[in-house]
Amino acid sequence: MKLRIADRAFVGLTVLAVLLILAMLAAVIGNIVVNGWEQVTWEFLTAAPTQGMTKGGIFPAIYGTVLLVLLMTIFVVPLGVCVAIYFSEYADRESWLYRWSRQAVNNLAGVPSIVFGLFGLGFFVQFVGGAIDDAFFGARLTYGQPALIWAALTMAVLTLPVVIVSVEEALRAVPQSYRDASYALGATRNQTVFRVVVPQALSGLLTGGILAVSRGAGEVAPILFVGAAYYLPQLPSRLNDQFMELGYHIYVLSTQSPDVEATKPLLYGTVLVLLLLTFLLNVTAIAIRSRLRMKAASLR
Amino acid sequence: MASRAQHRWKDWLIERVIYLAAVVAISLIILIFLFVGREALPVLISAEVHEEVTLDNLLLAQEYGTPGARLPYVWQPVSEVPKYSLMPLFLGTLKVTLMAMLFATPLAIAAAIYTTEFAPRWLREAIKPVVELLAGIPSVVLGFFALIVLASWLQDVFRFDFRLNAINAGIALGLAVIPIIYTISEDALSAVPRSYRNAAYALGASPWQAAWGVVLPAALPGVFAGVVLGFGRAVGETMIVLMASGNAAITSWNFAESVRTLSATIAAELAEVVFGSAHYHVLFLIGTLLFAITFVLNWLGAQMVGRLRRRLTGAVR
Repeated sequence: MKLRIADRAFVGLTVLAVLLILAMLAAVIGNIVVNGWEQVTWEFLTAAPTQGMTKGGIFPAIYGTVLLVLLMTIFVVPLGVCVAIYFSEYADRESWLYRWSRQAVNNLAGVPSIVFGLFGLGFFVQFVGGAIDDAFFGARLTYGQPALIWAALTMAVLTLPVVIVSVEEALRAVPQSYRDASYALGATRNQTVFRVVVPQALSGLLTGGILAVSRGAGEVAPILFVGAAYYLPQLPSRLNDQFMELGYHIYVLSTQSPDVEATKPLLYGTVLVLLLLTFLLNVTAIAIRSRLRMKAASLR
Repeated sequence: MASRAQHRWKDWLIERVIYLAAVVAISLIILIFLFVGREALPVLISAEVHEEVTLDNLLLAQEYGTPGARLPYVWQPVSEVPKYSLMPLFLGTLKVTLMAMLFATPLAIAAAIYTTEFAPRWLREAIKPVVELLAGIPSVVLGFFALIVLASWLQDVFRFDFRLNAINAGIALGLAVIPIIYTISEDALSAVPRSYRNAAYALGASPWQAAWGVVLPAALPGVFAGVVLGFGRAVGETMIVLMASGNAAITSWNFAESVRTLSATIAAELAEVVFGSAHYHVLFLIGTLLFAITFVLNWLGAQMVGRLRRRLTGAVR
């Protein structure tokens, strides 16, 4: 009898933990939705901020975020897909290249985001950008300063493991029998990989891309020093322009605003937009992936 | 029809590109270390930087303050006499991280136990995506929530002297850490073979005795790995602590006081620092330290996952 009570209590505690986590999630999201809902109007999404950021909209920040993640995708997806193909299809498990690159990707996933910011500043802005200026612009400051292109590259390095992990999972979900059948028909390894395996894993590629975009849209620390700007009167139009960004906008509005109460409605609106953006992307990715997993399970 | 030679040439090229991608992945992590470390190096070797700051200043007690009230550890890089003691920052990072782990670890592990051991199947399939959603909340949003909302709630209840403090930042940071610990623990627990549980039941154990006495110990390396990796994330996380901790570099063990962490120091100061100054190099040194700390923690975590795998392979499923 005593045992049964202890049993119940223990199970009850674990239930409580789950409920508490759900409650906190609900509190965060609920608070933001309730306070931000009224703010998100068509005008808010399409207008520029006015009157010292206390009125107007957030269009430049949305524009900058979209531009940033699109550029980032161009860099990160091809590289990530190639590394995933290497891991899943080409690598010899005993080779030093496999062990080192696997280790490198694992470590890359654990590097703090602020360190990527330092890396972006030290490597992309100063080293690469400085070298471009010296070579093509007669040392005139053109690319050797914080800019959209360097922020996109920094973000690409940060999201690389995200892409690799989900593309690799999709590649591994393709049954071995497909590869065997392709080889039996006389196909080479490259033909097998690119005409049989990769087309089967396309949805995984999509998931990887979406998750990377969602992660990239939400990170702020890496772009603090490599191109994000507090306020710009014009939209960025060149690769070496600075840009406004949603997450950075939230950070500056909530910490550096002279009048926090006046900016609060605007702030809530911005947070809700960023939250909706990342949630929609994540939900899409999770849905695609669970379909992929079910398909993979039915093929086994 | 492409000739055979052309085919071979194309095959060769494709294979080179694929292998090159793996090499790029390796070089990226090396480049990060080199280029962050390169800017940190002057703190150790440059005589010019040593005029302003030495390792001694960074780590050991100094004679700052008035003779009446000595302040051995001060971080105040922008002042008449720049003071560069890292101790308040180490202490701040430790306090916030400890708070986050105290908050997140029991919750995440208990939730993982419920999910794998007691929850009906449909509920298990529902809980996992929800936790993934929690993981998908951008850290700047959690920072915003802690700064604007959570801090006021805590203030109303506990009446802290400082509205923004280690407890506030730690709880928000815990929200970011929970999904990591949960996901890895859940993986580890569900990797424990069914036969372990059946053996426990056959010996007359109740469900919680089986979970607590058999499954959890078997999965322990994996659960530890989750905690270690969560710790690594908490140490390096920037936006949450930057916004929610108050950012005052105070040397004290009081959790209700404002704190400044290593990561937040870089984020707050690098944008305004003079390029190439001693302050600039010290910030990169802090970055290198963060990189090294998380590197070691990730390595430890990976070792533990490997140990779990070795322990469970060979067991009958």
